[in-house]
Amino acid sequence: MSSTTATTLLRPDAARGHAYARRYWAFAAPAAAIVFIVILFPWIFTLFMSLHDWKVTGATPFVGLANYAKMLQDERFQWAIVRTIWFTAATVIAPVLLGVWAAVCFASQFKFRGLARTLFVLPMMATPVAIALVWTMMFHPQLGVLNYLLTSVGLPPSSWVYDSSTVIPTLVMVETWQWTPLVMLIVLGGIASLPQEPYEAAVLDGASAWQMFRHITLPLAWPFIMVAAVIRLIDALKTFDTIYVITLGGPGTSSETLNILLYQTAFAYYDLGYGSAIVVVFFLLILLISLLLLRVRQREAWR
Amino acid sequence: MNRHRIRRSLGRAGLYASVILLVSPAVLFFLWMLSLSLKNELDNTAYPPVFIPHPPTLANFVDVFAKNDFLTYTINSVIVSFSATGLALLFGVPAGYGIAKAKATKAAALILIARVTPGLSYLIPLFLMFQWLGMIGTLAPLVITHLVITVPIVVWIMIGFFEGLPGELEEAALVDGATIWQAFLHVAMPLARPGIMVAMILAFIFSWNNFIFGVVLAGRTTRTLPVAVYNVLTFEQISWGPLAAAALVVTAPVLLLTLLMQKEIVAGLTAGGVKGG
Repeated sequence: MSSTTATTLLRPDAARGHAYARRYWAFAAPAAAIVFIVILFPWIFTLFMSLHDWKVTGATPFVGLANYAKMLQDERFQWAIVRTIWFTAATVIAPVLLGVWAAVCFASQFKFRGLARTLFVLPMMATPVAIALVWTMMFHPQLGVLNYLLTSVGLPPSSWVYDSSTVIPTLVMVETWQWTPLVMLIVLGGIASLPQEPYEAAVLDGASAWQMFRHITLPLAWPFIMVAAVIRLIDALKTFDTIYVITLGGPGTSSETLNILLYQTAFAYYDLGYGSAIVVVFFLLILLISLLLLRVRQREAWR
Repeated sequence: MNRHRIRRSLGRAGLYASVILLVSPAVLFFLWMLSLSLKNELDNTAYPPVFIPHPPTLANFVDVFAKNDFLTYTINSVIVSFSATGLALLFGVPAGYGIAKAKATKAAALILIARVTPGLSYLIPLFLMFQWLGMIGTLAPLVITHLVITVPIVVWIMIGFFEGLPGELEEAALVDGATIWQAFLHVAMPLARPGIMVAMILAFIFSWNNFIFGVVLAGRTTRTLPVAVYNVLTFEQISWGPLAAAALVVTAPVLLLTLLMQKEIVAGLTAGGVKGG
């Protein structure tokens, strides 16, 4: 055995670490190419299109920042932003609160826990379009089962998605129903990884279940709750299927979020230039919020 | 002692009540979906609603396949989701391995970007590109765009999985003169089979469920099931029985997969917080 191989064997990382790290890139190259073609190229091209008056047919003259200036005047766009913020806030808070509660429940041992957890996860796995169609039938003002249930317990019927004042809370309910399981799974994974000693000590000290949750589970699982909240936030901003199928942004434009407006602009009115400009702003918004929340999370870790 | 026991059993009761409260919205929803699909039109529009189909009928399911080209759409969905999942495994498993071995955390963050971006934001340029290439009206644009969903899921899950594998076996193989490709193929891959299974199931489900790419890119004959079921709603006389039956047909494979593979699915979702589109 030559001396070079001996040193390599003794210090594998130092001797071949560099060369190997580079060679391992070959494994990632094909996937990187795909990511470039279907993600990075479209971004660059979107940025380019947003500076043009681009319809599907005809010339595409360069218009500079005109598409962006248009947003400042476009009240429909501005209302879409307001709606997106309010819809997003609600569809983050409700699933996170319910998801933490569910995670605490599913972290305890009980009969049929596996089955109950699987049933609870079903809404997030089911095809969103199929789910949204069934919700639509349930929301029917005269024949829907939900109004029957409300009136049979003595409550007034609701107009659900058929009135501009109730449409967003109703959509929030559907999203909460569908995505609470994702929060539950992430937080449950966190709780499962917590050390047992603090709980054992707390039981000996005669702590109540609420005290253990408040002073042990919550602080220790907090990073996981934040991760779940960030993921939920990003998904909430992107919500499309549910709103598109159930209301298509209606009645009127009262449930038109940014993503729905984007779809309408690009693929119903075929105003691809303005649509691209909306994409750019939308993307910056998502990036900004994600980074902001990651910072918040890091600061939490410092405490 | 007695007081302690009372408190304990009260706690148990609270736990069971909570679980029932949490699980029942899901269970009741799917039962109602099943009930709608098994009732005739008269019972479906009855008020007060008929809860248990009497007698249950399969006519709605027959209707779905007879009146619409659902067989074609099913085949489309199968082709698109299987191709997108297969290609994602082919490219994504080695990528996950490479990133895990090279400890390239920045590359991993790049994959996360794909998870963050809204699907609609790639669609405008891709739509134009497919138009220029004359690919609209074939299934190719759907397979390609579904890679946006499946590749990040596979890469993300595989990074986590390969990082968790002990490296000694591969190092032994390398010392014995194997190339890193051989070490990957014959040592790491067989060990990672459970991880590949998880990645495959999740990639398949989220590709199957995808709606947004199909709604923009699919033509009349290239619709996938989610797009087809949406069109049942818009272009037919709205009748609840067939609509619920169609919705059930679309989502049944996914629900069955979830029930059968619940351990793998929970493991994968807990690790990555993955979701498509």
